[in-house]
Amino acid sequence: MNWKVWGLSKSPWVYHVNVGACNNCDIEILDCLTPRFDIERFGMVLVPTPRHADALLVTGGVTRQARPRLQEVYRQAAKPCIVLCIGACACSMGIFADCYHMAGPPDKVIREVDPNAIIAYVPGCPPKPEAIIAGAVKALQHTVKALS
Amino acid sequence: MDLGAAIGLLFVASAGAIVLGLALKWVDRKVTAMVQWRVGPPWYQPVADVAKLLGKETIVPQNARRTGFLLAPVVGFAATVVAAAILVGVNLDPRASFVGDLIVVIYLLTIPSLAVVIGGASSGNPHGAMGASREMKLILSYELPFILAMVPAMIAGGWTFKLGAIIAAPAAGSAWLTVAKVIGFVVALMCIQAKLGLVPFDIAEAETEIMGGAYCEYSGPPLAVFYVTRAMLLAVLPALLVTALWGGFHFGSVGAAAASILKFLLVVVVTVLVRNTNPRVRIDHAMKFFWFGLTPLALVAVVLALVGSAP
Repeated sequence: MNWKVWGLSKSPWVYHVNVGACNNCDIEILDCLTPRFDIERFGMVLVPTPRHADALLVTGGVTRQARPRLQEVYRQAAKPCIVLCIGACACSMGIFADCYHMAGPPDKVIREVDPNAIIAYVPGCPPKPEAIIAGAVKALQHTVKALS
Repeated sequence: MDLGAAIGLLFVASAGAIVLGLALKWVDRKVTAMVQWRVGPPWYQPVADVAKLLGKETIVPQNARRTGFLLAPVVGFAATVVAAAILVGVNLDPRASFVGDLIVVIYLLTIPSLAVVIGGASSGNPHGAMGASREMKLILSYELPFILAMVPAMIAGGWTFKLGAIIAAPAAGSAWLTVAKVIGFVVALMCIQAKLGLVPFDIAEAETEIMGGAYCEYSGPPLAVFYVTRAMLLAVLPALLVTALWGGFHFGSVGAAAASILKFLLVVVVTVLVRNTNPRVRIDHAMKFFWFGLTPLALVAVVLALVGSAP
């Protein structure tokens, strides 16, 4: 493991992108920041802009309005940047799969921009904070393997 | 001091300031975590942050002024390094002090804030411009009380601008002089809070309002340089305060060295606690606080020092 990958795995700064979630997963993400779960133990910090981000936390199935915006946010993020799809909608569109206003799940929308994007999934409606942390750790392990 | 020794001092002081600053950054985050009843990040966290940022992609926005955008962090870093070298040199050997080095240090410590202004304004982002304008207003508000707060130290040192003479001044002056220095110390403590961009005065990079403000468009290595500069300021500004207003650092005996380190850590921890127990203020409130709250207080300190130093 070289120092770049070590730094990335020890200090992933996360940026939260809601592309059409019902706000339930977003509340669970904020729960991860509370003293009870304290993701700063792993060096994760919520950052205000995609330029600083090492991981995009995407919640919700992508609506047609949000599709170009999600792609733009991914393009603007400094690479390497991993994507974490959080919640049933972000993984597989959930109950909104056949709705007329949906543009597809986030992984498909992001792969249109970058076919090699590293994408991890945390299912659940909403996923527990423990599940989000476990998903993030697995995604980081995978990233370390993929980059080194 | 000859050129070789000066360059050696510069390298040693900058390396020391980087290591100490990153360590203090961890102290800052760990104390914050303890205040919030959390575990907090591991000790190597700031190192990991810098390593990661150095390994990432540098993005220069299309609308940005490339030169200013990429030069700004380096200018701030260089100024902080030189200020650190002067402070270290003066504390190790007070006779190495030159005339007006206190003024030089005050000027050098304004440059990192100006670098933030340049970086934010050249980033071509409305949030960056907003952050730059707020930082400029903050500089205008805190510089006057900060310089006034240093005046009691100059008077106590025997009407001098030399940091060496200020350190060497006898601690037992008149009572009024001591009171003046204490008031000046409190005023300067509030001012370094704003200089460091910590919470009651982090108006220029308010994450929740203007997305990081001046740092909004920075990514990768330039952001790492800003990160390291801010970490170094976390070490350099309290060191300036201890040097000018609290007797300086002495490493003659074990007791004196321990006392110096304790003084320094106390200033840092007070800064961190202030940051954790206050909400962010609005920019006009901050300006009112500095101009109509702290500036008169600093003037009182100057008058008391004049009274105290009168024969």
